Amino acid sequence: MYWDPNVEKMPLKDLKALQERKLRALVHLAYEYSPFYRRKFKEVGVNPWDIRGLEDLSKLPFTKKQDLRDNYPFGMFAVPTSQIVRFHASSGTTGKPTVVGYTSNDINIWVESMCRSLTACGVSRNDIMQIAYGYGLFTGGLGFHYAAERLGATVIPISAGNTQRQIELMKDLHTTVLACTPSYMLYLAEYASNNGVDLRETKLRMGIFGAEPWSEETRKRIEDKTGIQAFDVYGTSELSGPLFTECVEKNGLHIWADHFLIEIVDEDGNLVGEGERGELIVTTLTKEAMPLIRWKTGDITIMEEEKCNCGRTHPRIMRILGRADDMLIVRGVNVFPSQIEHVLMQIPEVGEHYMIILDRAESGLDEMTIQVELAEKAFSDKVSDILKLEKRIAERLKSVLNVWAKVEVVNPGTLQRFEGKAKRVIDRRKI
Amino acid sequence: MKEEKIIKQVSVFVENKPGRLAAVTEKLYEKGINIRAFTIAEAGDFGIIRMVVDKTDEAYKVLKDAGFTVSLTNVLGVEVKDEPGGLYSIAKALGSANINIEYVYAFTFGKDKALIILRVDDIEKAIEILEKENVLFKGKVD
Ligand SMILES: [Zn+2]
Repeated sequence: MYWDPNVEKMPLKDLKALQERKLRALVHLAYEYSPFYRRKFKEVGVNPWDIRGLEDLSKLPFTKKQDLRDNYPFGMFAVPTSQIVRFHASSGTTGKPTVVGYTSNDINIWVESMCRSLTACGVSRNDIMQIAYGYGLFTGGLGFHYAAERLGATVIPISAGNTQRQIELMKDLHTTVLACTPSYMLYLAEYASNNGVDLRETKLRMGIFGAEPWSEETRKRIEDKTGIQAFDVYGTSELSGPLFTECVEKNGLHIWADHFLIEIVDEDGNLVGEGERGELIVTTLTKEAMPLIRWKTGDITIMEEEKCNCGRTHPRIMRILGRADDMLIVRGVNVFPSQIEHVLMQIPEVGEHYMIILDRAESGLDEMTIQVELAEKAFSDKVSDILKLEKRIAERLKSVLNVWAKVEVVNPGTLQRFEGKAKRVIDRRKI
Repeated sequence: MKEEKIIKQVSVFVENKPGRLAAVTEKLYEKGINIRAFTIAEAGDFGIIRMVVDKTDEAYKVLKDAGFTVSLTNVLGVEVKDEPGGLYSIAKALGSANINIEYVYAFTFGKDKALIILRVDDIEKAIEILEKENVLFKGKVD
């Protein structure tokens, strides 16, 4: 099933030609109407006429989160506020807030993109979608909401939290699709089974999970535990909330190339080789209110340009491996929390919740401790069995991370549960 | 008949955090469960409490309901002879039958009875040996 088959199956060559046309228009518009971009272009000595094709993209400077903070509230906008129909804002945990404005066209493109995505992962007008992402200034709830409505599906705009009520409504209203964070799904599944609710006996058939990095193993756990199909979704508050999901192939998320142009770069900002991981850079080709040119998402992923088995030609990104700024440096080695999750999920003797604690010893060496819950069935009355398990986990982690971590097993149910974004790292190192 | 030769030990996983041990004993005390034997094996960040109680099933349930990781372990009781080398001869008998003793702790009950609790890797074979030696404790702990 396709939402917009002509565009979704457009030959890659035509798609790239379309991107070039839109890119040329974008740089002229940005230069003309956005004081921010005019200044930026001048700083690096680039003129809109220098940008002829996709290969010229790298001449343009990156746009960073800090630019949004520095130009708060209206400095990034390329249209007068009279043309803006909605604001979304993020509270900025590390400094000033950021604001994103949308014209009515921008909203339309956001909703259309999400309609394509939802259709690609199998949502239809027959579905009943429970949206357990936050509503409001956060883009998650509304992003799903309008697309699901345009699709003709039935929406339950329950927003985040209140697990008891989530499960009640899920049963009573025959929810078929749940949208929330993967960690909340795990929490909800645990809550359900502790309260005698078997999710397999409900109508729930699929979940669309995002807003935080998760792993293939978490997908398997969710699917095995609840019997639903789990799909990944991606978006950021700056680009528009949820925009892209996996298609039924579950092998990457299609990025709608007629609206978004993507690149993958290394730490120095240079394009990485094919299939290599790096930071995702997005240029919005059609956004009017606040166009973003070479936006540094901070998300680490891999790009795949091969045509997908689903028939769509638009490039895919693989699931997000982590945040460039979530990256921990432990004894000089780059460590992503998602890598740790990946290892833990493959060990049936431990649960899916974990904490990463970083300390610095008096010697100056970093010490990483991973706390993980012992699965009930793995408990032994012999100390040596548990020590062996800890050692086995530590060895598996070492082989993936290239740095040793101390593993501590704890009682099930004792590590913190997160209903929103999970904060699993406690960094106690004093720099 | 095997059941009576085997003692059910309650094993509990505890993190090495203040108050965890007290929480376990408090739960049992509240239910009027008596602890007959108690030992804790520690290993850095965690420990395992091993105990023999009078109301085993009840103890298992109350601890499980309180969120502890609990299991019941089959162990054997050996009546200690009041003479030197008593334990040595048992260890030797088990050893020569290739049975490993995982751990041992002492246990007094009744007015004057003292038992040794043994956790072995082959409980069936150990019962056979200990019966032959005429030291296996049979009966109920209360
Ligand atoms: Zn596809």
